[in-house]
Amino acid sequence: MSEAISVLAGANTEGFCRVSELGLHGMITVRGDLSNADLAKALCAVAGVDALPEVRKMVGGLEGGIAWMSPDELMVFVPYAQVVDKVDELNSTLAGSHFLAVNVSDARAVFGIDGAGAREVIAKVAPVDMSPEAFTTGDLRRTRIAQVAAAFWMAGDDSFRLICFRSVGDYAFKLLSVSAAKGGEVGYF
Amino acid sequence: MLTLQCPYCGVMAEETELSAGGEAHLKRFGPGSSDADFETYMFMRENPKGVHFERWRHANGCGKWFHAARCTVTLEVFGTYTAQTSVPPAELLETIRAARPGFKWREFE
Repeated sequence: MSEAISVLAGANTEGFCRVSELGLHGMITVRGDLSNADLAKALCAVAGVDALPEVRKMVGGLEGGIAWMSPDELMVFVPYAQVVDKVDELNSTLAGSHFLAVNVSDARAVFGIDGAGAREVIAKVAPVDMSPEAFTTGDLRRTRIAQVAAAFWMAGDDSFRLICFRSVGDYAFKLLSVSAAKGGEVGYF
Repeated sequence: MLTLQCPYCGVMAEETELSAGGEAHLKRFGPGSSDADFETYMFMRENPKGVHFERWRHANGCGKWFHAARCTVTLEVFGTYTAQTSVPPAELLETIRAARPGFKWREFE
């Protein structure tokens, strides 16, 4: 078995914010009827959270959490080593019902943006209102950063997590690095 | 810049997050239809100066298709609504009638 490595193998850069590639994380794309109680129960058990996220919200974190992706789609985060078992667990628990769960861990890249001004790093590259009144801890947006699709959420004060396709991971990292470069502070928020 | 509210995720999405899907509420004429019907379905489009109904997709977002009603002259947006319908909602038509008395778009007026 070959060793799995993430897109940039943990690269990071220090500007006015720290931008880091966060390595491998288990991610399961789930499609289905989110109002179905059995589906919700199974997903919460797998991710170790109490309830499914509301629209445009994130519950939990990278080691166990669920992100809202669309009215019929969620992204479930689990530890990378457990992702295959967790997909099997979902498939056996929900056997017979109409849903889809796919392990997409190796098709995604995960980044962290931490430090004072983290809002600015994202605000410069995404068409999203990042003001403290409009975007708070637990809020999530699936949108674009410059030229590529991405989703990000606020994990805590001055701390954001961002996921995008692995194929554009290098672009995303360079983009965020430039956005976070020293001297690029705007100080708007 | 055009800003539309996605009826599925509630986001006020600006143009770069969306992709245009052409005219709304087309009725498909497929195999077995007359040549005239097929031609109309395939090629004939409204090109109004004023109220227009369009399909949009929240491409860099939740990925869902939806409908929007807007004015091609002023870019005023009258409203957006679900894609799971073949006619605009009554309240929206009411809003448009109030804003643009006497408007006509295909069979809607």
